[in-house]
Amino acid sequence: MSDFIHHFWSDYVAAVSLLSILACVLLLWLTARKRVASSADNTTGHVWDEDLREANNPLPLWWVGLFVLTIVFSLGYLAVFPGLGSFRGQSDWSSRGAYESEVARATQQLTPVYAKYAALPVEEIARDPQAKAIGERLFMNNCAQCHGSDARGSKGFPNLTDKDWLHGGTPDKIVETITKGRVGVMPPMAAAVGTPDDVKNVANYVLSLSGEPHDSLRAGLGKSKFTACAACHGIGGVGNQAMGAPNLSDKIWLHGYGEAAIVQMINAGKHSEMPGQEDRLTEAQIRMLASYVWGLSNTPPATP
Amino acid sequence: MTRKIIPIVSAGSEEVGLYEATKKIYPRTVRGMFARWRWAMVFLTQLVFYGMPWVEWGGRQMVLFDLSARRFYIFGLVLYPQDLIYLSGLLVVSALALFLFTAVAGRLWCGYACPQTVYTEIFMWVEHRIEGNRTARMRLDAEPMSLEKLVKKWFKHIVWIGIALWTGFTFVGYFTPIRELGMAFLQTQMGSWEVFWVFFYGFATYGNAGFMREQVCKYMCPYARFQSAMFDRDTLIVTYDPQRGEPRAPRRKGPDPRTMALGDCIDCGLCVQVCPTGIDIRQGLQYECIGCGLCVDACDTVMQKMAYPPRLIRYDTQNGMEAGWSRRQLLQRVLRPRVLVYTAVLAVLVAGLLASLVARTPFKVDVVRDRASLARIAEGGRLENVYRLQIMNATEKPQRYRIDAQGLDGLSISPDGPVTVDAAQSRWVAVRLQVPYGAIPAGSHTVHFGIREEGSGAQVSEKAAFLVPR
Repeated sequence: MSDFIHHFWSDYVAAVSLLSILACVLLLWLTARKRVASSADNTTGHVWDEDLREANNPLPLWWVGLFVLTIVFSLGYLAVFPGLGSFRGQSDWSSRGAYESEVARATQQLTPVYAKYAALPVEEIARDPQAKAIGERLFMNNCAQCHGSDARGSKGFPNLTDKDWLHGGTPDKIVETITKGRVGVMPPMAAAVGTPDDVKNVANYVLSLSGEPHDSLRAGLGKSKFTACAACHGIGGVGNQAMGAPNLSDKIWLHGYGEAAIVQMINAGKHSEMPGQEDRLTEAQIRMLASYVWGLSNTPPATP
Repeated sequence: MTRKIIPIVSAGSEEVGLYEATKKIYPRTVRGMFARWRWAMVFLTQLVFYGMPWVEWGGRQMVLFDLSARRFYIFGLVLYPQDLIYLSGLLVVSALALFLFTAVAGRLWCGYACPQTVYTEIFMWVEHRIEGNRTARMRLDAEPMSLEKLVKKWFKHIVWIGIALWTGFTFVGYFTPIRELGMAFLQTQMGSWEVFWVFFYGFATYGNAGFMREQVCKYMCPYARFQSAMFDRDTLIVTYDPQRGEPRAPRRKGPDPRTMALGDCIDCGLCVQVCPTGIDIRQGLQYECIGCGLCVDACDTVMQKMAYPPRLIRYDTQNGMEAGWSRRQLLQRVLRPRVLVYTAVLAVLVAGLLASLVARTPFKVDVVRDRASLARIAEGGRLENVYRLQIMNATEKPQRYRIDAQGLDGLSISPDGPVTVDAAQSRWVAVRLQVPYGAIPAGSHTVHFGIREEGSGAQVSEKAAFLVPR
């Protein structure tokens, strides 16, 4: 019972249920004893709306038997299953328990399917078409919400089909990412970079790193201020997978393209998070997923 | 002190309870035209029911409702849950056919084709074979338990249970391949749900056909009650001709009843004895009457013995009975507005159902737009939307499908290679649509996916929205 509801209400509901059943028994018993006068034309003598007469058609006894069965069933049900207020019943059944036992059963049924792949390295799994189909379904159900059905992501959600990895694209790293999740933090850097004009210069320098259209004068001025950024993004903005710092010298713009978007990022920073999946998926499922994701941008080794 | 006399007044009528124990009905066996029709329908319906699951069609069971895989196989058709409309259509057609038959000839369904009637007929035949005719059965039930009675009763119930279980097995055989089910039974490896349904359906058959019988029609069946709404004064009903039959009385064979101021009814009571619902048809149309016509057969045999004209009890309409219409006049009244409307609606629906089955594409497609992102910028500065297409192959061969999209200038699709879907399977594929950035104004635009099956060339077009953010 909820902490917010007094146990009186549980007793009250249980009492109402039991009294209702008792009332049904009483009604059956009383009506079974009742005698009515029968007339030659098989009516009760009740006439209304001028000529409508109530015929006296007795209920068959087996129908009464069904009522009795219903009462017996309801008492048995209430003894075994939850139904009487907060009384849990003899079987201690709960919807949560039923769900958990179903999940456990399904997991057990799936164990032999996954067991086949337990000994294989992730790269090898990626070659197996059945494993790929399993991985695809897992991806659709668990990852596609953010990364898209085609795993190509969208603004703020990384594309998993290119070779650009924030935290590393080796099978081990992918397993780690899925299991524990990732947090990407870019602190607001405006104060460290300098004046708003300096920020604009740095933004143009960043654009120049990947050969995007930029103001070369501002880029030149911004280069020296980029030292504040290089602590994470590295000299020349090549990024650092150990810290999850993106490579700024490629043409991939996860959080938005153009001077304004970069200025905004330097000024406000960004905190983004990929949630860990270890509580939701089994280790075997995570390995399947990792092999699927790895296979999106890698060709599995040829059959040995 | 005066003595007070309490008068004793007769109540005038007896007192009864609100509930009543059911009186068992012992219908007498009867021969005749309608009894033969009933048996013909028993054989026809049960040949279909018991035989159908055993018929193979192209390497599989011809009719199989595979609930766990969510596919219905009917002859060459593979139906998906999305084909529910055909089931609805079939049910509407069945209901209208019931209306039509009922309007024309009363409760034909109840009397001849309803499983309740048919299984009761089969069970009564077994009862008749083992326990004897009506009189023998009544005597057997009345006498105290003896070895003979015990043997007969046991034997009857064993045969009944055998038929009931076979019926349950056949029923389950429509949902699980019946040959595999048979093997599983022989190896005692049937699934628990299969066992449950065999016994449940078997129990229902045993109980309904062996014990409940006419009680089902009288107290449980909703059709029995609403069929009377389809009746009118030109509906054929089983009816007794009181003008000809009354006054009824027993008499010797020979003299013309008119000379004795009697009707043709000799009050032998055979029509009541053969009635499976235990009513007296001479009291007129009653809701219990299932229109089986057995009393017609019974009365005809008596009329023949008495050398009177047949059909004192007959299929006739209320109007026809009162006006003494000929068969020809009755037939003319069949073509009345009610019947014509039922027929027209039924014909239109059947034609529509058949046409849609013939024109049905051998696959289906659902388009689901990715919900998480509106749109994204892809390489080369193109604006991209992502969709998931569920392609459902409703044939029994693997198929290849080509997907294209139309509706916007410069719209391109990738991947554009063919998609293979296994026989009777469905598959999700992720598809991207792109337009050049800035080529399309912001907002939601309608695009159409065209999916073509390579083998047959069948086409399906599905609408979707392409979003361009501001």
